[in-house]
Amino acid sequence: MDFDDTPEEAAFRTRVRAWLEANATPKRSRDDRFGAGLDEAAYLAAARAWQAKKAAAGYAAIAAPREMGGLGGTPAMQVIYNQEEGRFLTPGHVFEVSLGTALPTVAMWGTSEQKAAYLEPAFRGDHIWCQLFSEPSAGSDLGNVRTRAVRDGDGWIVTGQKVWTSGAHFADYGILLARTDWDEPKSKGLTMFILDMKLPGIEVRPIRQISEESHFNEVFLSEVRLPEGARLGPEGQGWKVMLSTLMQERFSLGENFSGDLYDQIAGLARQVLWNDRPAIEDARVRAGIADAYIAQFGVDLIVRRGMSAISRGESPGPEMAAIKLIGARAFQTAGALALELGGAEGLIAAEDLGADWRLPQLFWISAPGARIAGGTDEIQKNTIAERVLGLPGEIRTDRDVPFRELEG
Amino acid sequence: MNFDFSEDQRRLQQELRRVLADHSTSANVRRVLEGEAPFCAATWRELAGLGALGIAIAEEHGGAGMGLLELCLVAEEAGRALAAVPLLPTVYLAAEAIARAGSPAQAADWLPRIASGEAVVSAVIDGRQQRVLADPPLRLSGTRLSGVANAVPDGLAARACLLLVDGQLVLADTTGSGVERREQRSLDPTRPLARIAFDDVPVEVLKAREGARVAADVVDGGAVLLAFEAVGGAERALHAARDYVMERRAFGRLVGSFQAVKHKLAEIFAQIEIARAHAYYGAWAMASGAPELPRAAAAARVAATTAYRLAAEESLHLHGGIGYTWEVDCHLHLRRARWLGQILGNEHQWRESLAASLIGKAA
Repeated sequence: MDFDDTPEEAAFRTRVRAWLEANATPKRSRDDRFGAGLDEAAYLAAARAWQAKKAAAGYAAIAAPREMGGLGGTPAMQVIYNQEEGRFLTPGHVFEVSLGTALPTVAMWGTSEQKAAYLEPAFRGDHIWCQLFSEPSAGSDLGNVRTRAVRDGDGWIVTGQKVWTSGAHFADYGILLARTDWDEPKSKGLTMFILDMKLPGIEVRPIRQISEESHFNEVFLSEVRLPEGARLGPEGQGWKVMLSTLMQERFSLGENFSGDLYDQIAGLARQVLWNDRPAIEDARVRAGIADAYIAQFGVDLIVRRGMSAISRGESPGPEMAAIKLIGARAFQTAGALALELGGAEGLIAAEDLGADWRLPQLFWISAPGARIAGGTDEIQKNTIAERVLGLPGEIRTDRDVPFRELEG
Repeated sequence: MNFDFSEDQRRLQQELRRVLADHSTSANVRRVLEGEAPFCAATWRELAGLGALGIAIAEEHGGAGMGLLELCLVAEEAGRALAAVPLLPTVYLAAEAIARAGSPAQAADWLPRIASGEAVVSAVIDGRQQRVLADPPLRLSGTRLSGVANAVPDGLAARACLLLVDGQLVLADTTGSGVERREQRSLDPTRPLARIAFDDVPVEVLKAREGARVAADVVDGGAVLLAFEAVGGAERALHAARDYVMERRAFGRLVGSFQAVKHKLAEIFAQIEIARAHAYYGAWAMASGAPELPRAAAAARVAATTAYRLAAEESLHLHGGIGYTWEVDCHLHLRRARWLGQILGNEHQWRESLAASLIGKAA
């Protein structure tokens, strides 16, 4: 048992670190961010330039095979790269969907024409991708997709509405899940498409989140015409294609989440006085800090077990299923404790209270989203119960019914 | 990175699991529960025969000379099997303390007998002590010991007791004159407790000047090992509940198909995995002598204590009324989770130890 790299991994890490030091700027603090102060157009230009540089060095798709334009490396090498890049200012989230889920799906299901057309430009950052799955009535119940794609000559006409689409407002392409057969039960009549986001009939509206940011969008599709070459994978197999997309996420390890929660609470607790004594001396605060550490570092250790499995050439074990459930809740609990330290003054926004309060306030306002996005707590628990513990699936009334006969 | 046990270690774990399933049966554990034996001698003998008691003891002293990582797996499987044996005082605490702080003669005297299963040694060496009873505390006068130790684990079965008195680690013979022992009924009768009164009893001192430091290190290691026992026990309790709700029907369906039940079991699983992750980290810190040990041990102890308590309480609950009967093993987990969680400093004290390691001691 150790935390050391194998000799090959260590050599790769040294190479990556040297390249990053020569080509990127190290983070100066935990909330230092790439492109701070740039407007969106300038930020995206800088992000694309960074991705082009990364692709030229061979780091855009480390675990992808060489014939697809990747480096032909192992998943462990990808994890090592992610860890090292995490210490530098880079625009990771812009390409998260492109490289993390959309392009692996194109690589797995695409025709040779599609792969030739889409993989390399995305690796270089010329194309940014988004993922058009969720809809107003298809969230946790993703099989309920109602966006329709109707055959029209040798192409398709797509009409419907997508929602929670990260990055749709700047994406060039997206993978789109649409219903092509209303006589099949819900998950069987779906087909995946590649959507050129610049086609006529597409309208993107940003959603203003409770954090006042707008990472997500609504996407309205009105009679968007797609050629037959836009279909990704066989007709009627969209559900299977979508599952393979979601499976990619299990390898997206190696990035730290949110710095050290306990350390941030402790920093504030040292400054704040409770009844004229530093709050950090209060037993309840100390217990809260200890519990924040247990949850957060526990998640970190589970990730390291997953990375160890990847390094051995195996798949991470079932314990990975606990990560999001525990992590998102820890985020919410710790954020609340940090804010409570300040009492009435802790209700003053960071711009007036002090920069140290910015991240805890962001944790507090983002945590409810973290508990919903990418599978709610309840869906996570169902998954653990059914897939890990072997308990029965939920009772379903919609499984064998033609979709057009379902209500709502 | 290889933050996991090796294949050889996993095979050893499987072997331990198989042997313990054969010998630490519910019937054998219940003989101790009913007070018919001070511990499960058959299980103790089998563990000795496998080399498990001396797995971390050097070969020159009759051990297997493997290491503390392997001992962690012994602990996990013992916890899973609800083994009613004196591993904590004898193997986790006494053997480790004697190996580190004993003289060559003391090591040669005690370690081979511990490894062979012949000697049961008790131990009370945690600085985090609480006092309820009004007995006179232990004190040393030169090398003579007087006073009373309460809640001594396996105190009746042991022929000697390792104690931390006035910052010194001392080894007392508990079979000679001047020693008065009686059982104190334990809330987990499978892990018995005793009151031992010493009246001017001669003791052997282990490494006079470093006793407290050695004791603190050994207790940190003990916390990691108890975390493994708790993880093993918690997983067994979780699986027992899962198996029961997959069998029991109500309202025309399996109880395990209700979402309230599924979510409860999923929550227990998640808590166990967090505890396991910290236990593994504690194992790494202990086995590699890393300076992170106090922090890792405290985190493992708190996470595993809370996980086993949750698993034991909810596993009993999910069994419904049958779970509240003496015949079903649910209460063995309820009792063991409670015993493991309090025998070596309680959860709150360890949480404060963790806080002190993260942010410094409170002024």
